[in-house]
Amino acid sequence: MQTEPAPGDDRRDFLKKSCAVCVGGAVGVVPALAGIAVYLDPLRRKADTGLLARVTSLESLPADGTPVMFPIIAIRTDAWNKSIAPVGAVYVRRAKGDQVQAFNVTCPHAGCAVEFQPEKKGYFCPCHNSLFTPEGKRTDGSPSARDLDSLKSEVRANGEVWVQFQNFETGKAHKVAVS
Amino acid sequence: MISSRMKPLLDWIDSRTGYRKLTQEVLYENIPGGARWRYVWGSTLTFAFSIQVITGIFLWMAYSASAQTAWESVFYIQFEMAGGWFLRGLHHYTAQVMTILLALHLLQVLIDGAYKAPREFNFWSGLLLLQLTLALSLTGYLLPWDQKGYWATKVATNIVSIVPFIGPDLQKLVVGGPDYGHHTLTRFLALHAGVLPGLIIALIGGHIYFFRRHGIHAKQPLKKPDAKFWPDQVLADAIACLGVLFTVVVLTLITRGAELAAPADAASQFSAARPEWYFLFLFELLKYFPGESEIIGAIVLPGAAVGFMFLMPYLGQWKLGHRFNLAFVFGGLAGAGLLTWMAMKQDNNDPNFQRALRDSHHQAARVIELAKAPSGIPIAGAAVLLREDPYIQGPKLFAKHCASCHRHGGHDGEGNPVKDPQSAADLKGFASREWLAGLLDPAKVDSLHYFGGTKFKDGKMVKWVKKNADEPKEQEQLKSIIAALSAEAQLKSQRDADARDVDIIKQGVKLARGDVACTDCHAFGKPDPDAIAPDLTGYGSRAWLVRFIGNPEHADFYGKRNDRMPLFGEKQILDAKTIGILADWLRGEWYEAPKTAGK
Repeated sequence: MQTEPAPGDDRRDFLKKSCAVCVGGAVGVVPALAGIAVYLDPLRRKADTGLLARVTSLESLPADGTPVMFPIIAIRTDAWNKSIAPVGAVYVRRAKGDQVQAFNVTCPHAGCAVEFQPEKKGYFCPCHNSLFTPEGKRTDGSPSARDLDSLKSEVRANGEVWVQFQNFETGKAHKVAVS
Repeated sequence: MISSRMKPLLDWIDSRTGYRKLTQEVLYENIPGGARWRYVWGSTLTFAFSIQVITGIFLWMAYSASAQTAWESVFYIQFEMAGGWFLRGLHHYTAQVMTILLALHLLQVLIDGAYKAPREFNFWSGLLLLQLTLALSLTGYLLPWDQKGYWATKVATNIVSIVPFIGPDLQKLVVGGPDYGHHTLTRFLALHAGVLPGLIIALIGGHIYFFRRHGIHAKQPLKKPDAKFWPDQVLADAIACLGVLFTVVVLTLITRGAELAAPADAASQFSAARPEWYFLFLFELLKYFPGESEIIGAIVLPGAAVGFMFLMPYLGQWKLGHRFNLAFVFGGLAGAGLLTWMAMKQDNNDPNFQRALRDSHHQAARVIELAKAPSGIPIAGAAVLLREDPYIQGPKLFAKHCASCHRHGGHDGEGNPVKDPQSAADLKGFASREWLAGLLDPAKVDSLHYFGGTKFKDGKMVKWVKKNADEPKEQEQLKSIIAALSAEAQLKSQRDADARDVDIIKQGVKLARGDVACTDCHAFGKPDPDAIAPDLTGYGSRAWLVRFIGNPEHADFYGKRNDRMPLFGEKQILDAKTIGILADWLRGEWYEAPKTAGK
């Protein structure tokens, strides 16, 4: 029993349609927005930066400059947990005199952990074959976009070696700290 | 008859639901040229997906997504729950088989030209399904939170960060924060068990709807008369599905389920990091795009290839275009195959990778053994078991901190030769009767094995052994002294001998304090402020060793005459817990699973 729409109904129809779209849209948007807001929360989270960690003592580093790997155990925030846990690892080696050099073990290419291999005379990444000299310099043919990420380190008066641990964004030509 | 009585009821149901028409449409679809094997792939994929839904839901019921419980709950499924390994194996291998089925389905559609107009939407929804299935694999690989999944996911998500401008933020959203942890798992689980399967179910609905709308694209020429979907094609499909199930079950039974590597540990190098085999070609591709061109190999090329595939239905309208499409896909598959082969070949020929792989299996087997031990897994998670296990950590600690001077059975503790010349004792079997017998042997005491490399080479002890230990009478006495001294260590390996030789040990103690006069230089049994040599009370016991490693310069040990040995505890080179681990390892003190009784 449909009737032909009377002239003038077009406009009322348009109003009805717009209202239906708006109301229908709005009821869906509210829960979606609430969800998305929470989903975006990680953008507010900052990395633990400037973790100063004592890794070793100068005397226990080989005099010939061979790097030694040390885990970095520090206060780690993981969402709702805060604990003393391994947050990463570093290679530390003796440089000239009583200086030390420290590197984050994370390969700047794609994020695997490099491994110092004496027979290759450098840090080798087992994932895509990047090879870095003991001083952390990239060798030819390495896919990594930059040298191994050096970390600030200091040798204190009592011989303790301290490293400021940080992670860096991978795949970039420049070192950018993960923040 | 029942059917005549049922008829009014069925009529009523049909009048309300229209089920007869629906069944008619679903089952009696016409198949021009009759049922054929080449049409089975879609059905096998639907079947494989339903295996994943069923097994996945039950796995989900036992899985716990957090950094301290993910590995642990998967361990529990795999090794403790009845049939858990089988359920997990089905899920794991069906995922692998699904990838192959996807490739076969795609090839069949392309070769038959079933992607061309008017079936564009059918093809597009299929391409989306392909990508969603791969996304399921990628997210699922992380969920056990083992070293394998952790490091592979690290690489995969680091690629996200090279997207221009928004990369780092995007990575944070994928990973759930600036670092990998609880929220990486909760997000990956939500994607893996909720979002992706939901999208897939919706798209499968669309895919089948589009497929039925235009009917099956029959392969020409038709060789047989037309047939109906039910039962002709359904039978073929069912047999193919049985083949899929058979394959998956056999793989599961042969391997006793999917592998579980050691728990994820950010500080533990994992040089065996590799993605699933079907992602290996993408992984290998990254090697050829150095520096900032990585984005080309990682994102641009794969993106362009998939993007191009969306255009295939247009190109396929022309004969030449269709051929190009085929060449493109076969070329792509051949290229991917070649890259996969190259990646595998390199790994197979790389002794370092093989060593890393062995190490990975070794650690996995050990942590599983520890997790199965009566003490179980602590709340802090299974990674702690491995981190504090003398059996795993002892050799590493020894190699790193001791092996530049000491040896352990001639090597660095991990079985590798040492570059630096040996300049301190070989500590394998330290404080055991055998070890002490060597120390008190005039022929050995000043060898590199004992004091030969140290400044005690010509010391009082060496002189005493050379002078006294040769005589037959002394030798008899020394035997009981060795037993007595070794008993101080309370070594696990000598428990039986120590219990058996109580009298000999008593006699040895007496001799050491009396006739043989060890106590002239050493303290033994009671404090002796005049002692100039290491305290023999509790010699080689855990407490003694921990104190010794902590501070060899202590008056109870070498005092100021200590030869180059670092004060590991005093100088905080190692913390107390680590020194304990080292001492336990040197003493052969670690958890050993009870031997399963042989028949």
